[in-house]
Amino acid sequence: MTGVEVVARGDRELVTTRAFAAPPARVFDAWTRPELLVRWYGARGWRLVECDVDLRAGGAWRFVSEGPRGARMTQRGVYTGVERPHRLSCTERFDDQSYPGETLIFHVFRADGAGTLLTTTLRYATPAGRDRVLAYPMARGLGEGYARLDTLLGEHP
Amino acid sequence: MNETELDTTFAALADPTRRAILTRLAAGEATVTELAAPFVMTQPAISKHLRVLERAGLVSRDPGTRRAPCRLEARPLKMAVDWLENYRDYWEESYQRLDALLRELTDEP
Repeated sequence: MTGVEVVARGDRELVTTRAFAAPPARVFDAWTRPELLVRWYGARGWRLVECDVDLRAGGAWRFVSEGPRGARMTQRGVYTGVERPHRLSCTERFDDQSYPGETLIFHVFRADGAGTLLTTTLRYATPAGRDRVLAYPMARGLGEGYARLDTLLGEHP
Repeated sequence: MNETELDTTFAALADPTRRAILTRLAAGEATVTELAAPFVMTQPAISKHLRVLERAGLVSRDPGTRRAPCRLEARPLKMAVDWLENYRDYWEESYQRLDALLRELTDEP
């Protein structure tokens, strides 16, 4: 099992890919059914405490996560395309404005043998919004410039 | 580290020439002349990049001397990385939980 891969495209897109050992319909459901979303979405001490999904084009979604020391984070958006089991797209905005503006998200769930290859494209509102993500030097596949930064940081504890 | 500082750091890191300059400085101090040598770029162009790096606090220079060596200041870099670490691991951690959930769902009748 390889981890999630991230590549940059153009000046404001990130594309992540990840393989899952389940058919597309099941992975799609895990992304769109609140009773399943609350069982996996969020990481490192964050979990979904509210999850509203109106699964139709034009329908709204809203996730509230709770993190360390009771910190709360709300992200919300509108579904722009819902085609179970292969396509899901939506807008996304964080209430605390971690990223300026609205991000467009496109998920493609492609059958891959008995499993699924999920490709997610994130289109940030501005190049600066994406660069905040890109500046992470150890993200794999983001280009050798960032890989070099990794080395640099290793030499400066 | 506040949002503005982070944005300044990330904007400074968003350029490949500036990242190359930082990589060079990681190996030790260097003057502008030395920094410009490997690049197909004029010294004023390199100086401009250096000013961006200085404003972001990533590079320091003794003021007032043109030939003063530039030094790497790793702290903002480290701060940016620490802050982003959550982001980097976010999806992989989530996806590993999703793996487990999918296994459970598969085992259910």
